[in-house]
Amino acid sequence: MSETSTTESAKKFNIDTVANAAVTPDVELPWAELGLKQNEFDDVVKVLGRRPTGAELAMYSVMWSEHCSYKSSKNHLRQFGEKVTEEMKKDMLVGIGENAGVTNLGDGWAVTFKIESHNSPSFVEPYQGAATGIGGIVRDIISMGARPVAVMDPLRFGAIDHPDTARVMHGAVAGIGGYGNSLGLPNIGGEMVFDAIYQGNPLVNALAVGVMRHEDIRLANASGKGNKVVLFGARTGGDGIGGASVLASESFDDTKPSKRPAVQVGDPFAEKILIECCLELFKGSLVEGIQDLGAAGISCATSELASNGDGGMEVELTSVLLRDPTLTPGEILMSESQERMMAVVTPENMAAFEAVMEKWAVEYSWLGEVTGTGRLIIKWEGEVIVDVDPRTVAHDGPVYDRPYARPEWQDALQADSFTGSVQDAGRPATADELQAAVLELIASPNMCSKDWITNQYDRYVGGNTSMAFPDDAGVIRVDEETGLGVALATDANGRYTYLDPYNGAQLALAEAYRNVATSGAVPMAVSDCLNFGSPEDPDVMWQLAEAIRGLSDACMVLGIPVTGGNVSLYNQTGTTPIHPSPVVAVLGKFDDVARRTPSGWKEDGQAIYLLGTTADEMDGSEWANMRGHLGGLPPKVDLQRERELGEILINASRDGMIDSAHDLSEGGLAAGLVESALRFNTGARVALDEVAQRDGVDTFTLLFSETQGRAIVSVPRSEEVRFNDMCTARNFPVARIGVVDAAGGALDLQGLFSTPLDELREAHEGTLPKYFG
Amino acid sequence: MTETPLIGGATLAPVDSRLAGARIGVVTFPGTLDDRDAARAVRASGATPVSLWHADTTLGDVDAVVIPGGFSYGDYLRAGAIARFAPLMGQIVDAANSSAKLPVLGICNGFQILTEAHLLPGSMIKNDHLKFLCRDQVLRVENNSTAWTNAYAAGAEITIPLKNQDGQYIADEKTLDALEAEGRVAFRYVGTNPNGSRRDIAGISNAAGNVVGLMPHPEHAIENGYGPGHTGTDGLGFFTSVLNTLLGGK
Repeated sequence: MSETSTTESAKKFNIDTVANAAVTPDVELPWAELGLKQNEFDDVVKVLGRRPTGAELAMYSVMWSEHCSYKSSKNHLRQFGEKVTEEMKKDMLVGIGENAGVTNLGDGWAVTFKIESHNSPSFVEPYQGAATGIGGIVRDIISMGARPVAVMDPLRFGAIDHPDTARVMHGAVAGIGGYGNSLGLPNIGGEMVFDAIYQGNPLVNALAVGVMRHEDIRLANASGKGNKVVLFGARTGGDGIGGASVLASESFDDTKPSKRPAVQVGDPFAEKILIECCLELFKGSLVEGIQDLGAAGISCATSELASNGDGGMEVELTSVLLRDPTLTPGEILMSESQERMMAVVTPENMAAFEAVMEKWAVEYSWLGEVTGTGRLIIKWEGEVIVDVDPRTVAHDGPVYDRPYARPEWQDALQADSFTGSVQDAGRPATADELQAAVLELIASPNMCSKDWITNQYDRYVGGNTSMAFPDDAGVIRVDEETGLGVALATDANGRYTYLDPYNGAQLALAEAYRNVATSGAVPMAVSDCLNFGSPEDPDVMWQLAEAIRGLSDACMVLGIPVTGGNVSLYNQTGTTPIHPSPVVAVLGKFDDVARRTPSGWKEDGQAIYLLGTTADEMDGSEWANMRGHLGGLPPKVDLQRERELGEILINASRDGMIDSAHDLSEGGLAAGLVESALRFNTGARVALDEVAQRDGVDTFTLLFSETQGRAIVSVPRSEEVRFNDMCTARNFPVARIGVVDAAGGALDLQGLFSTPLDELREAHEGTLPKYFG
Repeated sequence: MTETPLIGGATLAPVDSRLAGARIGVVTFPGTLDDRDAARAVRASGATPVSLWHADTTLGDVDAVVIPGGFSYGDYLRAGAIARFAPLMGQIVDAANSSAKLPVLGICNGFQILTEAHLLPGSMIKNDHLKFLCRDQVLRVENNSTAWTNAYAAGAEITIPLKNQDGQYIADEKTLDALEAEGRVAFRYVGTNPNGSRRDIAGISNAAGNVVGLMPHPEHAIENGYGPGHTGTDGLGFFTSVLNTLLGGK
């Protein structure tokens, strides 16, 4: 094609072709507005040997964004793949790198789960941001060939009394409910933390879990020359353009215009249809490879499918079905419209594929085919507008070794212990003071009942929910015949991680692990969502590096691998980053979910035991937080101790030695006792003197310290000898601290105070309705 | 929907081979969510669940029909408003109104569809507190002579899950008075009214008693370990009731 005719053609379609780019090297391109740095743009030119076309620039800008390329964290994330033993690999069917990891459950079953962030969109537009967060993670799970079976949502918002918190809270909770409930996926747990540090950067993370037979596992690759590429589901619109590059990879401040158009809009009905339709495709073995369209939309799907396959791909972009016919090629490539999937189908299966689409009334369009050229070619009415090596887009983005250093202020922070501080003055000591302290704790924003939120989520749909919030872990039955099932818990403590990123990340893992073991399940795998500030700040980068190092080290000790996850950076307002918040999800397995252990007392007369010992570890605690103090060192991590505790809880559950178990973490023993009582409205008589004496702590410390590796369990009288013997044989500290008292209707801390359950409930459940209606 | 696999298989073997002969249809619309649960509840009662697709033009040989919960067509226009036009709904309306009096149970979205299809009077609007609400709900069985409630004692209180956004039952005063007078209020909420429903009405029946609709979900309270408080199975009576009707001529 001559130069003249190329230019004419470009004018005619108002597009920038590859041929045109080759002869117009000096055209100004808006790479900075699309989020690329100068050195990155120079790299793109180098990779291509010419300036990129407008469409190519759009693709590189989104795929090389922090959100999609992990360019700042990649060098550190490698540890999750490196610090893995053979034992940890034995049940891993698919590891990091695919849409989600897959773990073997036995009996031919496999489970896939992953946690992701949708923080920035949820701040800009809470309802749609949170809703599409659920939608995106669910499509990741479908892409693996699994039927999604449950979701969870760890949330971190600003101060409970800040007016903007109500906006985010109402929107995000309604969005998670509105979308998740409409998909028929039970919401089985999560977290809710309020802290002013998240005021301008709320964290909305979403987890989904799915199950499948081994033979149904699907991967995102396009192989087999001549196979067809199809886009199906919702039409492509103008929503979410640049969501990954412009929104998720930058900090907010007041000087920039609203970024609302960069937030996607969800349609849960379309997603529900997509789930059923994909499962029918899998059942008929009608797709060779499949990829959901999330961040970076078609740019991501085409380049990832092509680079993971064995050839190349050629597609015609004008075949994409549009909601808005005025979209430019670049916008179509970048659009993050929801509820779309891309698949690779053999020519023989095309008719069967179309039949499934017709049955579910899902729109689809054939875009092109797999080639043997190794190139990703995208055309616009036959004119080549993208001609790239797909690996350079999807995998060979920039990698930064960002400078990091322990912050100057870290030592001073760690030296500022709560005990003896100004805020510690007047520490409760008398019976009345302790009673008031317990009531204040359980009504505090972070420790209060989360019913206001969880009552807006369907926990029953599917009929396989064995446990859900407020139990320590969510439990889902996988196989109705055998009772095979899974447990899931997510945890993070931003304050602990701020005080000590290495240990803080380990504490998040330890708590999630403990919660899963408390339910009676054997922990098997980890997924993490690393929410941090700007990686360009060496202090934050140090927090990130330390947290990843801590988490990967801890996974080795606990013997469970990270199978996937997500990194969310630039969570900061101006120069103030959020507390480093590595949210860790642990998945465990039940041979029979009938053995699961609920986290509340039920049976009168059962003995209550405290497992573990308590030290004075108030730094970073909820109590210190309530008094406005943050300093010192977080509770000690003892992963060996966590493993031993886990084994006791799992064995006791399997052998029927315990009827309830509740882990002790934030809020300490005080929170554990109250929650155990309120779970099934059954009180207890508890005596703390002996344990306090044994551990050398005062009653206040025993109740409010957040020492790790502890749990309370209730044991039927007939099992007490066996249970004690098991703990003694394992040399694990155990103490009988009380008796379940169904008739009393109170939590009676003997010698101190007795509080009626109604009074506890009123305090515990009143907080969220008070603030949010 | 017929071919979509359940997670795992059936666990609850038929208790009585005579019951397995009863074929209970479970309808799936695009956006239906609780169809697998309804089928499981049918199996738990001993009967045989039969999957029905909204686009089917015949009911086949089913002896009764359950329209389960969900968000048919996303409930975008108005809950149940589009689903009522499905080809299968015409069949269901005809069979319910025929002399054979096909027993039909509408749960949640199914109840909304039945009102849109004019098999039951009234309508559902958004909960008075404007939020989705999921909770274990106590109901009083006000009429135990319908096809779906005869296994319960009159006045019995049962606990089954409630979960919806548009659950506030409304009708004009004349209709409400007529429902009360004719004993067609099948269930009433006990304790705090969860959504502002008129006269605490949770479920109603048609005049003949073969068509029942309610907002709460009996199919989620049929199996120990998975119902309210982990142990509740109060919902099973709906499904044994219809077997009484079909096999015992109640």
